[in-house]
Amino acid sequence: MTTSTGGHDLDALYQEIILDHYKNPHHAGLRDPYEAEVHHVNPTCGDEVTLRVHLTDGPDGPVVQDVSYDAVGCSISQASTSVMADLVIGKPVEEALAIHQDFLTLMQGKGQVVPDEDVLEDGIAFAGVAKFPARVKCALLSWMAWKDATANVMEESA
Amino acid sequence: MEGLLPDLEVVRKDFPILSRTLAGGQPLVYLDSANTSQKPQCVIDRMVDHLEHHNANVARAMHQLGAEASEAFEEARDTVASFIGAPSRDEVIFTKNASEALNLVANTLAWAEGDWSSRVGSLGAGDEVLITEMEHHSNIVPWQLLTQRTGATLRWFGLTDGGELDLSDLDSLITERTRVVSLTWVSNMLGTVNPVAEIARRAHEVGALVVVDASQAVPQMPVDVVASGADVLVFTGHKCVGPTGIGVLWGRREVLDQLPPFLGGGEMIETVRMEGSTYAGIPHKFEAGTPPIVEAVGLGAALEYLRDLGMDRVAAHEQAITRYALDGLATVPGLRVMGPTDPAVERGGAISFELDGVHPHDIAQVLDSRGVAVRAGHHCARPAHARFGVQSSTRMSSYLYTTPQEIDALVEALEYTRSYFRLGQ
Repeated sequence: MTTSTGGHDLDALYQEIILDHYKNPHHAGLRDPYEAEVHHVNPTCGDEVTLRVHLTDGPDGPVVQDVSYDAVGCSISQASTSVMADLVIGKPVEEALAIHQDFLTLMQGKGQVVPDEDVLEDGIAFAGVAKFPARVKCALLSWMAWKDATANVMEESA
Repeated sequence: MEGLLPDLEVVRKDFPILSRTLAGGQPLVYLDSANTSQKPQCVIDRMVDHLEHHNANVARAMHQLGAEASEAFEEARDTVASFIGAPSRDEVIFTKNASEALNLVANTLAWAEGDWSSRVGSLGAGDEVLITEMEHHSNIVPWQLLTQRTGATLRWFGLTDGGELDLSDLDSLITERTRVVSLTWVSNMLGTVNPVAEIARRAHEVGALVVVDASQAVPQMPVDVVASGADVLVFTGHKCVGPTGIGVLWGRREVLDQLPPFLGGGEMIETVRMEGSTYAGIPHKFEAGTPPIVEAVGLGAALEYLRDLGMDRVAAHEQAITRYALDGLATVPGLRVMGPTDPAVERGGAISFELDGVHPHDIAQVLDSRGVAVRAGHHCARPAHARFGVQSSTRMSSYLYTTPQEIDALVEALEYTRSYFRLGQ
């Protein structure tokens, strides 16, 4: 009874920032070089992402040099991919993983978690998505793909 | 509007859920009946009555309740047999759903022996199983498993741009190597109605077994298993106003007798000794374990309800509403229907479409905010989506309780969706 959406909630879901990223996704396309490529799907709706990560050595461990992707899916999954790439590119892997964890916590918080804008930046726009259980998987698709690809690189270099 | 069920408003009152409201006081516009249909009060009441007054296990309990439960369960089998024109009630097997029924056939064929002289035999290299590109995953994956396990080859009919089976290469697809032809009667995605009797006739010329997935046909049109030409026909209860957890496998006795048992357990046996067992005849041979009793009873009530409405009238209603929906959808800019749209072509009530610039998931979300329930995704028919170059679609599906006003609400909500995502005219 509580999961239905009223017109008001629709605007909470489709924040302006999300629609902007959907229309103009950042860092889209597949690029070289890369150390790992993964393909993730959401079996229920068919959304798909092919994602590559390129890591380089930094002074304090590996750094996310590039994240490139080819994705098909809804506005939430597309915008989330764009925001994720913005957030992790250029960051040390360790810091990017911490951001990943913060985003995951936000998405799994059922709308009760207040996001930290300093950490998640445009990612805070997804706070409303957490109230729509059916859409959380959309928002997490590319984040999970990125984590998976990154783990693959780290394992190989370990 | 011609063709609508008379007393539609009275019929709607049979379905209590249709009068509920959603968040914000929105009335429910339920256009997801190909996914699952709603249930009339008589089905709900029959199931409650059974649980309140007649509950016991079937065919095992030597007491009055056991007799009543067994009688109710077997009466449901009679109702199913009569509803689909089965020559014998013993040919009606209760399963969990259509998927289980299809898996039962595909699995037992993997173990079957014989030379196919009466459409059952052992499969191996050189044998072919023929399906179609428009199948639900439940009529694809079991045959993939079967052919992988036996070394047989899986082939399929392609689709035309209009969403019909491409029968141009029929003669090269149905050959003396073809052992099984399994196809859907009505597509759950495209709405296409396939010429099953004609395909069955061709398949029988080469001695192949014909399996028909009637999950979308039984709810929408009169179904006569003999006239269909099928050797095996399956459907699920919950799409024809019955409960979930109950499906039906009908098969010609000669076929079912030749297939080996599927699940082993209670009720499917004749005598069990530690060294080995002998098996019950049909239908019990394929009904191991305590069956879904109250679900079968509910299905019986559901098919009685449909019978009393008249399947000819249900079919006419569905066609009138579907035509009205196709006309309404055609007014939405940037909307493309996948599947037959020609008024001269018979089609089912599932209409899948794309809307330029908005992903199906987002369409469904905005529609839901207006109380309009549709399905978004690949509808368990990913290959058919791939055929049309899309990854997913939005699907509206009507049923006997759908009104023209609900179609209007859908079209209006689609217009609203376009404006919400700021799409121009």
